[in-house]
Amino acid sequence: MSRLITRRRFLIGSTLTASALGLSGCDVLVENPSVQQALRMAEGLTMRTQRLLLGDNALAREFTAADISPVFRANGTSMPDGAQYQELLSKQFSQWQLEIGGLVERPTKLSLAALKAMPARTQITRHDCVEGWSAIGQWTGVPLGNLLHSVGLKPEARYIVFHCADEFEKTLDGSGWYYESIDLVDAFHPQTILAHSMNGHDLEVAHGAPLRLRVERQLGYKQAKYLMRIEAVADLSQLYGGNGGFWEDRGYEWYAGI
Amino acid sequence: MDSTVTPTGIKPERGAKTLIRRHSLTVRLSHWLNVLCMTVLLFSGLQIFNAHPSLYWGMYGADNDPSILSMEAVENGDTVKGVTKIGSLTFDTTGILGVSTVDGEPAARGFPAWITLPSYQDLATGRRWHFFFAWLFVINGVIYMAYGFFARHFRRDLLPTADELKPANLGHEITEHARLRFPKGEKARNYNALQKLTYLLVIFILLPVMIATGLTMSPGFDAVAPWLLDLFGGRQSARTLHFVTATALIAFVLVHVVMVIASGLFNNMRSMITGRYAIETEPSSVGHQGELTP
Repeated sequence: MSRLITRRRFLIGSTLTASALGLSGCDVLVENPSVQQALRMAEGLTMRTQRLLLGDNALAREFTAADISPVFRANGTSMPDGAQYQELLSKQFSQWQLEIGGLVERPTKLSLAALKAMPARTQITRHDCVEGWSAIGQWTGVPLGNLLHSVGLKPEARYIVFHCADEFEKTLDGSGWYYESIDLVDAFHPQTILAHSMNGHDLEVAHGAPLRLRVERQLGYKQAKYLMRIEAVADLSQLYGGNGGFWEDRGYEWYAGI
Repeated sequence: MDSTVTPTGIKPERGAKTLIRRHSLTVRLSHWLNVLCMTVLLFSGLQIFNAHPSLYWGMYGADNDPSILSMEAVENGDTVKGVTKIGSLTFDTTGILGVSTVDGEPAARGFPAWITLPSYQDLATGRRWHFFFAWLFVINGVIYMAYGFFARHFRRDLLPTADELKPANLGHEITEHARLRFPKGEKARNYNALQKLTYLLVIFILLPVMIATGLTMSPGFDAVAPWLLDLFGGRQSARTLHFVTATALIAFVLVHVVMVIASGLFNNMRSMITGRYAIETEPSSVGHQGELTP
């Protein structure tokens, strides 16, 4: 009798163990903080290797007009619903201003008309979503490096942060606003532009009107839309979740070169 | 039985067994590290695939562009069907591809939970695992390649001889493999031509194509090596080839494992763990190789 119970216990026990191992063994590892920490080493290795191979100014492939995607998929927010943005949109962004501040010598506000009057760069590039799809579009905008030179970065500035008009995740504490950041290598890269036009027209709302970032050597979530404010900072830990971007605060790599 | 056989354990009717050194430490370590890496890369790769379970050909490809393969959930009244499309063909793959069960409920997902890492949808985590083990895989591969050339492993063990490549020999080996009859005695000392060609294909074509197509999907690496885009026909073509080549590698692993079992599981496992592999030395009487029966 006792042998039977023992045997049954053993069978139940081993079945439970097997199903626990089989069904969630991998997930237990996945959620282990030390494992997560170890896996993050790969991001640094990838970034250092790519930067070493890239140098600072290797260009992303530029395509011809014939290569442009017939339909450029809009992703993330397609219509910011905040009252401020709706107000700006209703007046065709005539009241909108891009604020440039933080660790800069001469904080500035620029209207859309002023940005459009500046020397622009036009490039036909591929947009790669982290999910796996790609779309090719033509972008026209002001090289970010020119703007940063004109406002003058303070020596301690290390990153450029982009604050956006879309609250992508509704939260009570306001932590769901979209934001992104890049370092100075990408900020001064010749293809890094603040685009106000796409495929020869003013940027559509779904694609980030009135102004979006293009950082052509990184994935789609770095290409912040609905830009409102640009801030030069010394480190990223003080912003939102501290990881330098909306998706970065939700587990994605800050360096999105792969 | 085999485990007790020593070089002196003579069985006259089958010839004596001799333990030879088959796999070097480098080969053994890199083999098992590869098993680990390829397993994680496959399961995390399917997690990444699930974020956008469609494949395209060319420089771009998204929802509105024609796909060459897609896995979709199609609602049909109050039921939901998993549909896999390959070119113009459509398959109902409910339960496995397109729609599969998560916590007792049908859910829209490319590959099912039991084959993705993590099991639930989490692209960010899938990517972290994929890239970490991709690095490990590349480092392991570089060490193995350097060893292969400098220690003459490729030339000595994997390069087929001219005789082995003769059609008659290849034909003979294919028939023997199909009947699951494997070389015995002295001939078992070395890989046969089919093994050599298969391993060369995996080492010098399939695995490098996996790495190269993977890197072609990286916008950063495309700026380093734009020629990769021309080689594979674009980022979306590279993504498709990454998937196709992974499928070829799965086919290789399946056949490899079947062959390992069929040609002596214990002996093969021992050789890949300890390095020692038993071969039967031929009986002193004259016996033709092909006539040995199990």
